[in-house]
Amino acid sequence: MALYSEKVMDHFTNPRNVGVIEDADGIGEVGNAKCGDIMRIYLKIDDGIVKDAKFETFGCGSAIASSSMATEMIKGKPIANALALTNKDVVDALDGLPAHKLHCSVLAEEAIKLAVQDYYEKIGLEYDKSGFPDCENCQTCKECR
Amino acid sequence: MKVYADNAATTKMSRTAIDAMLPYLDKFYGNPSSLYSIGQEAAEAMQNARETMARCLGCEAREITFTSGGSEADNQAIISAAVLGEKKGKKHIISTAFEHHAVLHTLNRLEKQGFEITLLDVHENGVVTPEEVASAIRDDTCLVTIMYANNEIGTIQPIAGIGEVCKKKGVLFHTDAVQAAGHLHIDVKAQNIDMLTLSAHKFHGPKGIGALYARRGIPLTNIIEGGAQERGKRAGTENVASIVSMAAAFEEACDHIDENAKKISALRDKLIDGLSKIPHSVLNGDREQRLPGNVNFCFEGIEGESLLLLLDQKGISASSGSACTSGSLDPSHVLLAIGRPHEIAHGSLRLTLCEWNTEEEVDYMLQVIPEVVSYLRSISPIWRDLAANKKQFIL
Repeated sequence: MALYSEKVMDHFTNPRNVGVIEDADGIGEVGNAKCGDIMRIYLKIDDGIVKDAKFETFGCGSAIASSSMATEMIKGKPIANALALTNKDVVDALDGLPAHKLHCSVLAEEAIKLAVQDYYEKIGLEYDKSGFPDCENCQTCKECR
Repeated sequence: MKVYADNAATTKMSRTAIDAMLPYLDKFYGNPSSLYSIGQEAAEAMQNARETMARCLGCEAREITFTSGGSEADNQAIISAAVLGEKKGKKHIISTAFEHHAVLHTLNRLEKQGFEITLLDVHENGVVTPEEVASAIRDDTCLVTIMYANNEIGTIQPIAGIGEVCKKKGVLFHTDAVQAAGHLHIDVKAQNIDMLTLSAHKFHGPKGIGALYARRGIPLTNIIEGGAQERGKRAGTENVASIVSMAAAFEEACDHIDENAKKISALRDKLIDGLSKIPHSVLNGDREQRLPGNVNFCFEGIEGESLLLLLDQKGISASSGSACTSGSLDPSHVLLAIGRPHEIAHGSLRLTLCEWNTEEEVDYMLQVIPEVVSYLRSISPIWRDLAANKKQFIL
């Protein structure tokens, strides 16, 4: 029995959307080097649509696979769909993750939300902050230190 | 190419060890406690095995207790010393911050029972000094327990020097020699070792079997209660086949210690020299005071689990002190103990060789590892920031 599903291994060894968008409209970064995971997601947004998404990840196999899958799932979709993406959606699309790796999928969900938030801030849009992760006071990062 | 480079985790069994074991599975399968012939044949084989083990360690056969492995032997040695200490009102134990968890967790338990534990600093090179041990010893110290060689970074401790200090001060000295036995010369009398732990599967023997040497006159406390096996100190019908196999493997390893060390350390040095060329990397542990087969590096900007998975795809079996490989949030306590920051400790790689590894395998690893490290750096946001001078390199 392998540690990871075939889907996870596929997205880990052949990750989609790796890289940088130089003129990104929104960038979201979550995680902490001390904990061993940092995920950075770049979005190109046009007319309310996620035209392109790229990522860079420092982390384990499931963190890289989660970034790859999550960016695939939001590319070409309206912002509302990107914001609605949950970590469970990512896990399901990867045919599951081991229990102690579920936080990797949470990082993917949160990095996307933060990238959209960054976009809203840049264009000066009024929005409801309650729907976005509060990285300053994240309990997981605190416990890790 | 397939390369097994995780011999500190476990080893492949030798033909000698397998052949030694087989007759005790189907021919001489009797219980050594039974009085009829096939029982007594098993008992005799076990006694021969005990004598072999004793000869290789420089002790008497009666000073060897067979256990289920290294963890049990560590537990029993430490608990026994604590019981003896408590009777004399001595409840202080000295150890180091980078012991195996079989030692550290046993010490944690004793701490909860009122013992005071001093964990010595192991410095950046991963070696303690006898002088530091001497100055930590108090009137109420009942035990010094320091590993012979570290399982992650391979550093060898000055065991004879520590043994001498402990003897002078009248304190029991236990050493977890799981990584050293069969790889380094051990003479428990000459090195003044009172108790020593070893495990068969680290020297091409079977898993699930080990031994505790305890100097005559040190009463052991049972971890497992029951029958009168092992002179009443370790209950349970003996694992005869594994005991015989362990002794055969240990004898073979000890007979070839020098030639193996010469061959393996040459491969190790080639690997260390080659990996040192990767920029922003560091060898963990002292370069000289080091097990013949141990290579351990940190590579800045990458995480160990993804490194292991990619190496596995290329046929290389290795290990890492990354938190992700253990399921906990913290990276290796050994790397933290030698002062590596968390973010650096996550990017560690341990390669451990044996006499069956070849130069071709080392060349292959030296080709693959730098490629994989630079690929992972190319997708790492930390590396991007380091390369763009937005963050300071640590290594």
